[in-house]
Amino acid sequence: MTDVVLPLLVACPLVGAAIALVAGRLYRGLDWYVGFVALAVEAGLVVGATRSYLASGRLSHEVGGVPPAYGIELAFDGLSLPVAALVSGVALSVLVYTRYSGPRGPAFHSAYLLLAGGLMGVTVTADAFNLYVFIEITGLAAYALVASRGDGASAYAALKYLVVGTVGASLYLVGVAYVFVATGTLNMAWASERLSEVGYTDPVVVASFCFVVVGLAVKTALYPLHSWQPDAYSAAPVAVAGYVAALVSTVAAYALARVLFTVYTPEFLSAVPLASTAVVYLACVSVVAGATLAVVQTDVRRMLAYSSVSQFGMVIAGFAVANPTAAFGALIHLVGHGVAKGGAFLGVGLMSSDGDVDGLSGLGRTSPGSSAAFTVLLLTLIGVPPTVGFVGKWYMAVGAFQGDRPVVAVVVVVSTLLTLAYAARLIDRMYYGSPATAADGGRRSPAVAVVALAAAVAVALGLLAGEMEAALALEEVLG
Amino acid sequence: MIELLLARYYYVAFALLVSIGVYVLVDSRNLVKKVIGVNVFQVSVFLLLVAAAYRDGGGPAIHGEPEPYVNPLPHVLILTAIVVGVSLTALALALAVRVYDEYGTLDEDRLSEVRSDD
Repeated sequence: MTDVVLPLLVACPLVGAAIALVAGRLYRGLDWYVGFVALAVEAGLVVGATRSYLASGRLSHEVGGVPPAYGIELAFDGLSLPVAALVSGVALSVLVYTRYSGPRGPAFHSAYLLLAGGLMGVTVTADAFNLYVFIEITGLAAYALVASRGDGASAYAALKYLVVGTVGASLYLVGVAYVFVATGTLNMAWASERLSEVGYTDPVVVASFCFVVVGLAVKTALYPLHSWQPDAYSAAPVAVAGYVAALVSTVAAYALARVLFTVYTPEFLSAVPLASTAVVYLACVSVVAGATLAVVQTDVRRMLAYSSVSQFGMVIAGFAVANPTAAFGALIHLVGHGVAKGGAFLGVGLMSSDGDVDGLSGLGRTSPGSSAAFTVLLLTLIGVPPTVGFVGKWYMAVGAFQGDRPVVAVVVVVSTLLTLAYAARLIDRMYYGSPATAADGGRRSPAVAVVALAAAVAVALGLLAGEMEAALALEEVLG
Repeated sequence: MIELLLARYYYVAFALLVSIGVYVLVDSRNLVKKVIGVNVFQVSVFLLLVAAAYRDGGGPAIHGEPEPYVNPLPHVLILTAIVVGVSLTALALALAVRVYDEYGTLDEDRLSEVRSDD
């Protein structure tokens, strides 16, 4: 079955990136419109792919007509659907936000669309090496975007991100090389069949798993591989911080789940219990360490970056438990965290010019709209019902008990407490602090609307979670 | 044990290059040297894949050449990865130029002093 919508999903932003670069040089300001059209078409394609998936199940496409054993396959199933929707939604919303705040110019919009194309490529690919190529495309665009503020501090943060991210991607490539040595194929579905024939306890297979997990953990920024993240998020321009924080690590965590479930399958985790235990405990350490480091921060953006370290640790622990309930919880928490963290960074950009926690004092009174939206997003991170953060944690805790890993449920509860410790500080400052400076005036309503939209989506996803669980059918993905 | 290592010397070279690349990355004070370390690290992975593709007595996979053929698929992968590596190095060096323009030094220790004054 060849579904042409899949390569179009990847090609649309990439072609848009090239056109934006040229169009921006011909007519000033045209590149934003090219970007908007490209991402609107992209959103329409995602809706079309979703409807095809809900009607007939997993979509697949062989690029160039070459059969999957030798060629590249693109696939779209219940695991990729929410992530693809998140990528296209966030890309479009942040583009609207940059109209009023952020960087401008053809080079910026071209890199922006390149990042969207790379992220969508990671989401729809079903070939292990193709995943590496798209991860590197994503990384290149992200490094350039982080440096787009133009000064030395952001260039240094981007260089640090580049070096660490490249080492991580190369470790992933070593893992793929070992899979290729063991099986002779790079297609994920074929490799999983041959890996089960080779035997999951074979040293090559276990070594490849270790390299792949560590490589993707660097990209997801789990503790202690997270060191690039706080600098990159605080040195990037506000809109870029929201865009990258919402999507890049999210898609890397999705890639880890995809490789874990499709190439190695839960049978690998039961055949090599040390691997499963190691991933779960590494993720749990990340949860506690990230939240603890977040509590001691004075800069809001660094606090949100360490918060990401903690939340992604929880998501990876949920995926490592590897039963449908925990996987659904982790997936919906991944998407909900993307929405909440992206909205939070955009909200911080609206409210505080230098990002210090004290700069948020009294903003509950001077800018009630953006403070309310920001508070809802913080409550999503904490996990208060009916937001999606609560739903994700609930499913993960239930799945952890079903999968005989009660430590994950304990860590979920502890992380809620620690998240409350740093998020409540921000809410307290906003509503009970005295205003330090006069209100900035002209609150740029469309930018506030984007943050309010993020808050609304966070609550709506929480309410719709039941229908989503039935529609995504993760039992098929887990096999 | 020694015979095994001597027979698989390409993989020994891969392990050595990985270690050298990471050591240069971690231990150098100059930013450009760190970028070179990352480059060496990436090249070692290419060596692993190309060495894994070889067949004893194999030749190029061209129609008309005698069997057996060396597996051409990893060679294609490595060409892609080389392109990725080149673009990453270019971007890294552009960022290093920007850092030098702004701070006047590429030395990591001086940079941390200068940046703490920011």
